[in-house]
Amino acid sequence: MFDWWEKIVDGLVYGAWGLDPKSALGGAIHFFIYDTIKIFILLLGIIFLVSFLRSYFNTEKVRRYLQGKSEFTGNILAALFGIITPFCSCSAIPLFLGFMQARIPIGITFSFLISAPLNNEIAIAMLFGLFGWKIAAIYIGFGLLVAILGGYSIGKIKGVEKYVLIPITPLKGELKDMMTKQPFKQKIKEAWAYTVDIFKKIYLYVMIGVGVGALIHGYIPTELVSKYAGGDAWYAVPIAVLMGVPMYSNAAGVMPLVEVLSEKGMLLGSALSFMMAVTALSLPEAMILKKILHMRLIVTFFGIVTFGILLVGYIFNFIFGGN
Amino acid sequence: MKIDILGTGCAKCKALFEVAKEALAKSGKFAEINKIEDIVEIMSYGVTSTPALVIDGEVKMSGRVPSVDEVVEIISA
Repeated sequence: MFDWWEKIVDGLVYGAWGLDPKSALGGAIHFFIYDTIKIFILLLGIIFLVSFLRSYFNTEKVRRYLQGKSEFTGNILAALFGIITPFCSCSAIPLFLGFMQARIPIGITFSFLISAPLNNEIAIAMLFGLFGWKIAAIYIGFGLLVAILGGYSIGKIKGVEKYVLIPITPLKGELKDMMTKQPFKQKIKEAWAYTVDIFKKIYLYVMIGVGVGALIHGYIPTELVSKYAGGDAWYAVPIAVLMGVPMYSNAAGVMPLVEVLSEKGMLLGSALSFMMAVTALSLPEAMILKKILHMRLIVTFFGIVTFGILLVGYIFNFIFGGN
Repeated sequence: MKIDILGTGCAKCKALFEVAKEALAKSGKFAEINKIEDIVEIMSYGVTSTPALVIDGEVKMSGRVPSVDEVVEIISA
């Protein structure tokens, strides 16, 4: 897909600038230019596409679809909606309470709450750009699985409703769609404005991430990386998850590093676990939910998601471990 | 006319409040603008995402910050 671009960068770095492809400097500069532009193109394309599709969905609509769905079917649908629906952690409270108003079971709400940040457009665009569509698809697939089963398990906890600290009166009757319609042109305009907005916020992190990645790519020997970050030691996956938690706001800058590390011997399962931990285990979201949920439920929520992510990591390392 | 901005105090909610003020000035109409920050009260409007724009008790949009012109159009309608 980006062969044309690789040829241009080849010509520029190795041809016009005369750098040696085998040298560390040549490799690092080629890597930096090639990866940065490729990721920029994909970020702009995917964020635009997702935010345009989004203008046809909103969480009120999702609530209407999910209302009255049986468990499990509801968990699956909620996880799928999480891919496309706009969601920021600042909306976690109204979403949670709003779903309860519509008498949607808590487990189904959690499936949505796990899936929405996990399958966000920036993470998907970065994965697509760095690892190709296959890994991006695997990530989405297993992300959905964690969301479906995680939400389902939370829903199975006895008396889980009593951990919600704010009393909720169910809305009466059917929910109606109350939003004003936007003309097509307006949707395009707004999606593009949103895309540029997001891009401005993250492009620097991407460049720094790819820059550090380029240095590792060019200068740090493979043996060193696979000795520390890689290998099939049992603790590789938990360490990857622990390191991923505090990186929530910087997913765009962190993912280029994961690409280089996996290129140099970090196992795919550890890399996947790390990326899921970055997006799904968000401390800001936990702090916000603390206002309406009992600490015990939040800890359970984090515990179940962590368990799911660890499992994905181990399964992948086991299947693709190689050595 | 009465304009309510629903939001628990996040950055986007403040942004919508500013947009609404600007739009009101631009439309040349007269209205009362309120911020509603109490979560229980917000929930009574039936929204699931904030910020939300409410005009005369009716939810016009939620979950995003519209442009000034869009709000002018909604106010004038």
